[in-house]
Amino acid sequence: MSDATINTSTNVQAAQPGEAEFGDFFALLKPRVMTLVVFTALVGLLAAPIGVHPIIGLAAILFIAVGGGAAGALNMWWESDIDSLMKRTSKRPIPAGKVTRDEAFAFGVTLAVMSVVMLWLATNAVAAGLLAFTIFFYVVIYTIGLKRWTPQNIVIGGAAGAFPPMIGWAAATGSISIESVLMFALIFMWTPPHFWALALFMKGDYHKAGVPMLTVTHGRKSTRRHILVYTVLLAILAVGAAFTGIGGPVYLAVALVLNAMFLRDAVAIWRRDEVMAEADDYRVEKKAFKLSLVYLFAHFTAILIEAALAGFGLGGWA
Amino acid sequence: MSFREEHELHKRRFGRNLGLGLVLALFVALVFGLTIAKVSNNDFKVPATQGATN
Repeated sequence: MSDATINTSTNVQAAQPGEAEFGDFFALLKPRVMTLVVFTALVGLLAAPIGVHPIIGLAAILFIAVGGGAAGALNMWWESDIDSLMKRTSKRPIPAGKVTRDEAFAFGVTLAVMSVVMLWLATNAVAAGLLAFTIFFYVVIYTIGLKRWTPQNIVIGGAAGAFPPMIGWAAATGSISIESVLMFALIFMWTPPHFWALALFMKGDYHKAGVPMLTVTHGRKSTRRHILVYTVLLAILAVGAAFTGIGGPVYLAVALVLNAMFLRDAVAIWRRDEVMAEADDYRVEKKAFKLSLVYLFAHFTAILIEAALAGFGLGGWA
Repeated sequence: MSFREEHELHKRRFGRNLGLGLVLALFVALVFGLTIAKVSNNDFKVPATQGATN
């Protein structure tokens, strides 16, 4: 999930070490992204066929959230140069001059190590290994490696955001299974249309920062086509998942309604050009972006409902 | 000149220290809770010590 906030200031101030407030360090954890991490990890944990002690479950979700936050802090440490150039990110703690880069780095590394070790102690090595890989993937492969090199950065970065339900599932079961991979795939396929819809109406920001966003490298017409293709693939996956272990009638109903709505918006985006979009201030693109947030939340809630119903012998197709 | 005058910086530091203190207290409580949950588990076995095996 994006943490989109529109700011107007682009002033960069030099931070002094030790001057930051508690809230500045909390902001380094990207709390808005963390809500998605917490929610999807919780669904992964609760949908798993093996129950966990409530305190162990709470600890697992907390350490997954801290690990995700640590990755966010390290992302801000590396990207402070381009964050200061973009309106959306210019008020983040480093470009705003509240936290130094060194402080952000130390904070991120400490929390990353601590979250992995604590998740291992609280649950198992598979969950801890997945969390460690997620942090490594997001920080090293995506942020440092590929984000500034390929216009497919969003597709690759989406993988990092898709791991939390797998980690939650692994925390309960100690393994990876087809159900957890399906939850991963759902977020992975959802991320590109979600982000590209945002990139269409947040135009200028990525271009100014030199990030090779698809809208910049391949043009906006191509981005609109990409949104449609990914939304079609996502719809096939999301509806197909209804007939697997994580699905059932409730999930199918949610998937049918929301995928029909998301496809309708994707087709509308594809049929529009820039003149039409600018005329109504990107109304359709903004609508699709908002719908994408509801889309993911509703799908994971439906998975949770199916798991809860299964506890009463009602979930799934059995 | 008073050395006791509170600067805005002191308020910020106090807030940060208070926040950190609360987080550490919650962390201690969580580790305690985890320990209780782990040892209350039916599968829990006390690891054999070296002295016991010899």
